[in-house]
Amino acid sequence: MTNSWTDIRNTDLVVVMGGNAAEAHPCGFKWVTEAKAHRGAKLIVIDPRYTRTASVADFYAPIRQGSDIAFLMGLIRYCIENGKVQWEYAKAYTNASFIVKEGFGYSDGLFSGYDPEKRDYDRSSWDYEIGEDGYAKVDPTLEHPRCVWNLLKRHVDFYTPEMVERICGTPKEKFLKVAQMIGECSTATRTMTSMYALGWTQHSHGAQNIRGMAMLQLILGNIGVRGGGMNALRGHSNIQGLTDLGLMSHLLTGYLNMPTEAEPDFETYMKSRQFKPLRPGQTSYWQNYRKFMVSFQKAMWGSAATAENNWCYDYLPKLDVPSYDVLRMFEMMNDGQVNGYICQGFNPLLAFPNRAKLTSALSKLKFLITMDPLETETARFWENHGDFNPVDTASIQTEVIQLPTVCFAEDEGSLTNSGRWLQWFWPAATPPGEAKHDTRIMGEIFLRMRELYRKEGGAFPDPILNLSWEYHDPREPEPAELAKEINGRALTDLTDPADPNKVLVPAGKQVLNFSQLRDDGSTMCGCWIYSGCFNEAGNNMARRDNRDPGGLGTYPNWTWAWPLNRRTLYNAASADTQGRPWDPSRKIIEWDGSKWVGDDVPDIAPTAKPGQVLPFIMNPEGSARLFSRGMMRDGPFPAHMEPFESPVPNVLNPRMRGNPVARIFRNDVAQFGNPDEFPFAATSYRLTEHFHYWTKHNRVNAVLQPEFFVEISEELAKLRNVTNGGWVRVWSKRGEVKARALVTKRIRPLICDGRTVHVVGIPLHWGFTGAARKGFGPNSLTPFVGEANIETPAVKAFLVNLEPSTAPQDRPGVTS
Amino acid sequence: MNVQLSRRSLLKAAGAGVVVTSLGALGFEAAEAAVAAHVRPFKLANTTETRNTCTYCSVACGVILYSRGDVRKGERAELIHVEGDADHPTNLGTLCPKGAALKDFVRAPTRLQYPMIRRPGSDRFERVSWDVALDRIARLMKDDRDRNFIARNADGLAVNRWTSTGMLAASATTNETAWATFKVAKGLGIVGFDNQARV
Repeated sequence: MTNSWTDIRNTDLVVVMGGNAAEAHPCGFKWVTEAKAHRGAKLIVIDPRYTRTASVADFYAPIRQGSDIAFLMGLIRYCIENGKVQWEYAKAYTNASFIVKEGFGYSDGLFSGYDPEKRDYDRSSWDYEIGEDGYAKVDPTLEHPRCVWNLLKRHVDFYTPEMVERICGTPKEKFLKVAQMIGECSTATRTMTSMYALGWTQHSHGAQNIRGMAMLQLILGNIGVRGGGMNALRGHSNIQGLTDLGLMSHLLTGYLNMPTEAEPDFETYMKSRQFKPLRPGQTSYWQNYRKFMVSFQKAMWGSAATAENNWCYDYLPKLDVPSYDVLRMFEMMNDGQVNGYICQGFNPLLAFPNRAKLTSALSKLKFLITMDPLETETARFWENHGDFNPVDTASIQTEVIQLPTVCFAEDEGSLTNSGRWLQWFWPAATPPGEAKHDTRIMGEIFLRMRELYRKEGGAFPDPILNLSWEYHDPREPEPAELAKEINGRALTDLTDPADPNKVLVPAGKQVLNFSQLRDDGSTMCGCWIYSGCFNEAGNNMARRDNRDPGGLGTYPNWTWAWPLNRRTLYNAASADTQGRPWDPSRKIIEWDGSKWVGDDVPDIAPTAKPGQVLPFIMNPEGSARLFSRGMMRDGPFPAHMEPFESPVPNVLNPRMRGNPVARIFRNDVAQFGNPDEFPFAATSYRLTEHFHYWTKHNRVNAVLQPEFFVEISEELAKLRNVTNGGWVRVWSKRGEVKARALVTKRIRPLICDGRTVHVVGIPLHWGFTGAARKGFGPNSLTPFVGEANIETPAVKAFLVNLEPSTAPQDRPGVTS
Repeated sequence: MNVQLSRRSLLKAAGAGVVVTSLGALGFEAAEAAVAAHVRPFKLANTTETRNTCTYCSVACGVILYSRGDVRKGERAELIHVEGDADHPTNLGTLCPKGAALKDFVRAPTRLQYPMIRRPGSDRFERVSWDVALDRIARLMKDDRDRNFIARNADGLAVNRWTSTGMLAASATTNETAWATFKVAKGLGIVGFDNQARV
């Protein structure tokens, strides 16, 4: 989230698209209710189903899953055509005026540089013209035919209300009503917020969905302001934290990147990370990358990391592919190239697509280690449960070691919520049986392996032998010790660059925040964006002062938010180019003539002059990008792409299937289904009574929603002779499920390009362990393909067939 | 500021017995006292209150966990009740159908108790000691790393990749656990390393 849950109260219009906050995030959704009740805010829901969020909306518009880009580009077109643009903001704070290179083009749904063989673009033409002064050329009058604004106007021209209806199935008058309500937020004193979740991310073009809305928000002047922003609702309690801390194949901590084979040494790695400003006087804060990187390496390898050995740069693995993401790992596993897998609090057998393939892959492992508070389907993938898990147990040679861990009630530490608040919590219960903390298990595995490497030697033991592991009890690092490492400390006295006799931070003391980090090895810091969380003032994440000085939901002393306790990102954009708040009643910060002041930590240097230093300090432009240069694989603007399995062809280019640059593994191509065989458009979703595959273990939740079902319209039920509550079989090219049919009015057929599209809704909370009845997940059906930039499985839009059936059978002797 | 507040200190002191005695002192007749004695004692009396955060979604509602026993005093503690934290700015004491049933998660019959091993081809898990499990894991991992570690690529560049063992980390663990996990996994050279953010 750019903003926070409590900030939603300040909005005038909430757009929920690609999410269902009332069901999946009920207590956060209360701030929508507050905004409606106390500000007169309106709520729009755009979704294939009439969800519980839709049921309290002021306006609901249906949409075919996977067609969001067309809808969003249609909204941008409407705003441009009807003058619904916050001009001062858009001109000053976005790259609208930047001039794009000659040679950039777009036709038939494809940008310049497409290579169908490689399924990739040559992105060299997707960039700015650079002047002789080394800065990007701009035309503030926006008259240049190749300035971003004019390219955008041309790009969205295709997405007329009629075209939106044709692609999305949203009736034109409903689309126009949404567009008109959104357009009202282009004034300086009306703001709109976007709340989205996996309904946007789980598509092969997921990142472009989000960019589409971000661009709209920029045109409306809604980024950096109270009640505005791009607000990813996020799923698990610390999914933000694990992303921030870089527990991903392609990341290090704080959005530093894993090196690649193209970066054989540290200087080459740093060379492509200079972040030279693209306009005069801009901050381009990533210019500090080297300080964060060196401090990170010192946190990893302590005194072993020296200037002479480039801070142990050689210890870091170098990637030969963009990422060894989960889809790639299961592909390799299925191909016999992976022997061991560790699943810590993760149940991939239900979470990833194409379950038959996952089972086949897990069966080829030599060993599987699971760490979890609960039984998982993954840990028992080898166990036969009849139709629910039809495996031949004896033939599966995988050794499985299942380790019991604590859960939240027995643990201590911090979790980062969607609004970037790091909140500390304390343990209340004794773990059951012999369950242990995850830190203990990781510590024990590490110490045992290190000991084996000490004794036996082995493959490149250096990064293991030298890993910094200085804890009071090395078997089980304490939460506070780890938090202090994440914050960082001085390793030698840090003196004032202006006065070498003045010690700013004595050796061994915690740094105040990342502004004190250095690139000479004198500081260590686990994760620079979290620096400030546990400094010499103490554990700031444990602060519990819930006063709200401005009365607008900032809560500046409640726990701690990254970065620097800043509650609204890009908040310098809440003021105009003179530093005056666009809306004085929703002021965040303002320029007092010499510095920025206000309730929040300014997201700009405190004395940076408004109008000169622009608010998007992380970008070398200083402004936000309507045109994203070559930074995304699938285009500098979002263009309509169909799902790989779509009930209709792509109207832009009927030969284009899915995202033209999404990675597809060879054997998966044959497993894509076509609408003649699989005529119905399926999607997956969550229910308010359940959380993923956990709450089926709880008696209360299992009673509230005991049994797997699929949701279909009355029209589809009639078409296939299905009765409400009767059994149906739903199958795709990859597998089948049997479920109770829930026939509702919440799903209605859509008319797309003249064809009737029936939508099938499949909730995702059932498996074969726990207290609820045994059932299936949508992943028995979903395709094995990921988002083109980040490889999030594209499982929100796929094709199925459906017919009446009989109940699924458990293994003989067991009744489910 | 980091003090564990005690909201129900008054009620804590007032166990059921105290209630009956007080009623007597206020002049109630024996009949009423007998009725009062049948009233179930307030279940949160004499419990330890702990500030915690709901383990499910990223709204991160504040919760108060009520336990019998106090882990901070080294006692065995059992969770008996969960409530929304009224002091928390986001949820203001409210909980959703998932959060309100958190106790059932903590005390689910399918909570794991002991390390278990399923041997190749077997149809069951067998209980083992932590030492056996951890030694076995270290052995399996080291053998696989030693056998399949890619120290250099075809051009002789040090690439230090361990691709034949992967790890999925848990996005419901703490930042501190995540950092410890990160250090071990990246330190070993595991490149197939992700968490639920990939989903």
